[in-house]
Amino acid sequence: MNLNEFFHMGGYAFYVWTSYGIALFVLLLNVILPLRQRKQRLADIARIAKRARRNTT
Amino acid sequence: MFNNFFHKMASPKYFYSIAGRLIPWLAAAFVLFTLAGLYYGLIKAPPDYQQGDSYRIMFIHVPAAWMSMFVYMVMAGAGAIGLIWHIKLAEVISISSATIGAWFTFLALITGSIWGKPMWGTWWVWDARLTSELILLFLYLGVIALYNAIDDKRTAARAVAILALVGVVNIPIIHYSVEWWNTLHQGPTVTKMDKPSIDTSMLIPLLLMAVAFKLYYAFVVLMRARCEVLERERHTSWVRELAETK
Repeated sequence: MNLNEFFHMGGYAFYVWTSYGIALFVLLLNVILPLRQRKQRLADIARIAKRARRNTT
Repeated sequence: MFNNFFHKMASPKYFYSIAGRLIPWLAAAFVLFTLAGLYYGLIKAPPDYQQGDSYRIMFIHVPAAWMSMFVYMVMAGAGAIGLIWHIKLAEVISISSATIGAWFTFLALITGSIWGKPMWGTWWVWDARLTSELILLFLYLGVIALYNAIDDKRTAARAVAILALVGVVNIPIIHYSVEWWNTLHQGPTVTKMDKPSIDTSMLIPLLLMAVAFKLYYAFVVLMRARCEVLERERHTSWVRELAETK
């Protein structure tokens, strides 16, 4: 099988590659979002803790 | 000893650190299974004698659809455990599953639609399989919306668990819809009593992708659960220390 044939997908290239593209997007998104959320949360908690300490001293 | 183990595991702090160590391994296993699945699915498996190469959408569509139901059962099961034994971690796993489950359902619906266009001549029909899967998406969205609408997270988790448990009735409806009703959607070729009627060359990549999707769910639910633990435990000293050393 050559590369052209592979990308052509027997004439169904649009349907097959759109499906795989959407799947890739959804799977990546669901990894990136929690990664960013965790960083954000830790930063927020650190900021609030810092402020609380400043106010008590 | 076992009691001690479960007690430790159920403590948010231990869960957070153990999950953090598990995630990279599960993610690596997911990548391996996916690469193998794509190799056998897109390169090794021959075109279908009726559907040509369009059937290769199956290697995403079917695992996504299986996961949409599997994740729902985990969500409802963990919700029930949280409801009965008041285990916080079960609530966390339950609600962390909802978003991922909704995305799997979306993926199953959209890839099914894209597969339906060239094979059935239509993007959508209101047949029993498609409609019940769409209802599953709405159930997930309902769970997420309800959880976010209630400020107290423990009350929210209880309300959500009840909604999720009521929605379980939809799962057998989805599974048996192709047998109970005359649907445009095809019947099962893998999950039936006698030998699967799908050819081995296509069954292998399908099962590889199914395992890959399970692994994906495992590490992503742990990632989400860790965020949820941080949110719920934000006033505890260990979370503050963790945040400040980062």
